[in-house]
Amino acid sequence: MAEPMGFFTDPTVCIGCKACEVACKQWNQLPALDDERRTMSGDSYDNTRKLDGTHWRHVKFVEQFDEDRRDGRWTMLSDVCKHCVRAGCLEVCPTGAIIRTEFDTVVIQSDACNGCKACLAACPFGVIDINPVSNTAQKCTLCYDRLQAGMEPACSQACPTDSITFGPVRELKERAGRRVVQLHAAGEHRAALYGADDKMLGGLNAFFLLVDKPEVYGLPPDPKMPSRQLVPGTLLTMLGALVVGLVSLLSFRDRRAGEAHRPDGDRS
Amino acid sequence: MIDAPSSTWFTASPHWHVLIVMHFILGALAGGTYFLSAIIDLTGHDRRLARLGYYITLPLMAVIGIVLIVDLSRPDRFWHLLVENHTLQPIFKWWVPMSTGAWSVLLLGVFAVLSFLAAFAEHHRPQWRLARRLRPPGALGAFVAVPGALVALHVTGYTGVMLSVLNRPIWSDTPLFGLLFIVSAVAMAAALLSLAARGLRWQSPSVPALQRIWVWLLAAQVLVWAALFITLGPAASGWLNVWGAVLAIGIAIGTVLPLLAAFWRTGWGLGSGPAAAALVLAGGAIVRTAIVFVPEAIAP
Repeated sequence: MAEPMGFFTDPTVCIGCKACEVACKQWNQLPALDDERRTMSGDSYDNTRKLDGTHWRHVKFVEQFDEDRRDGRWTMLSDVCKHCVRAGCLEVCPTGAIIRTEFDTVVIQSDACNGCKACLAACPFGVIDINPVSNTAQKCTLCYDRLQAGMEPACSQACPTDSITFGPVRELKERAGRRVVQLHAAGEHRAALYGADDKMLGGLNAFFLLVDKPEVYGLPPDPKMPSRQLVPGTLLTMLGALVVGLVSLLSFRDRRAGEAHRPDGDRS
Repeated sequence: MIDAPSSTWFTASPHWHVLIVMHFILGALAGGTYFLSAIIDLTGHDRRLARLGYYITLPLMAVIGIVLIVDLSRPDRFWHLLVENHTLQPIFKWWVPMSTGAWSVLLLGVFAVLSFLAAFAEHHRPQWRLARRLRPPGALGAFVAVPGALVALHVTGYTGVMLSVLNRPIWSDTPLFGLLFIVSAVAMAAALLSLAARGLRWQSPSVPALQRIWVWLLAAQVLVWAALFITLGPAASGWLNVWGAVLAIGIAIGTVLPLLAAFWRTGWGLGSGPAAAALVLAGGAIVRTAIVFVPEAIAP
């Protein structure tokens, strides 16, 4: 297996140009259609709105202003599939369409997906959606085809400020650590890495530097695996089966006891 | 989003709508009816009522199969749930409720066909000896009814476990939906069978037993609902929308009213009669509808 590859996204240098979105759409031949939406979102300069089957990169615009708007800031974050080391989507896929590649990334094989939509709900980050063209679940592949050809993913190559950095995850973590130290020294003490260590779903191969709480960027503070309820849920369901089995058997046994004293009724 | 009570608030919708609600309701009725019919066959002598159950199960299973296929975004690839398309090998993931559920629905379909054939042969084609032996008593009949009953229970409960492992608000904030669904499904099936028997004006001695079953299981549901809300914790706030009101209506008419009537005997006509059974059925359907739709009402 090749070395795990991924993205480090640093919103402190993102200028919101959306070159990553455009490059992603261009390389992956994703349609420009935006579902049935014909209106502006009204949410800052963000009309992409969310990651889905045809938007595999999404530049979020976070406006943080005072009531009188005299002081404030804009933060832009280019969101993407996190290619989790423990991936919820891969875990719940019933068809085997979702695979882990030799680069430790997570890819949906469109020819195997039947659109059951389990992965849409299971992803802790809400990254996946149905592509209305192929009618299969789709998301960022971390440009698997480009990686196989020794190329860099389209989005990071297009990023003019290196807000999106691509490379071996180990090297990216070192780089991210240095950037956090740099920001702390500059007085931005809220700077912290999101998903860089293995406590979050075993580690995110696409991780972020944040300068506020994760919720501000629409990211869950403690994303969880969908399977956490599998064992307790199954055991409790088995308990339910035991209860209905006993209730049913006892109810019909009572009836048989009653019938033993009765002549044959209306049995067929 | 800043004050989200659970990490599940950050997940996306699977776009499950009316067809999934239909699957949940029909699956509960089909699985529960087959289970009760098998129990009647294995323990009792009221073969007519069990036969009625088998007659109900098979068409329900046919509809469920169609509904599940049509609900896929790529219905032409429904077989990918059972066979891996690259290798053409069977695919079974014991840790994925949708995978185990797909196999269970297929298997219950097979058991439903066998039991339907046996019931039909006994009723209309006595010369079909082998088909008649597919129902208890007898080893071959037990070989169909016992595993069939277990698979049927799985069909009633796997949908709840599936919700619990899909990371959506409410669904994945408690492990109790499987337990709730299995108890509710058999109560609904008992109500359906007793309603059908009354509709045919049968004086079946098994009908009082069916009424006992759904009364006891409704009582169990009250406990499950209490536990469910306790385990939801802060995520229970996700019910504060229109689907919470629908759920309350479903619980009131499908659980509380029939139970009150049965235990307080203020109206035995309701407690033991078709009206109560109809309420149990309607309540079960409404509750499942509310559960499927509630995450959609929670803003991402």
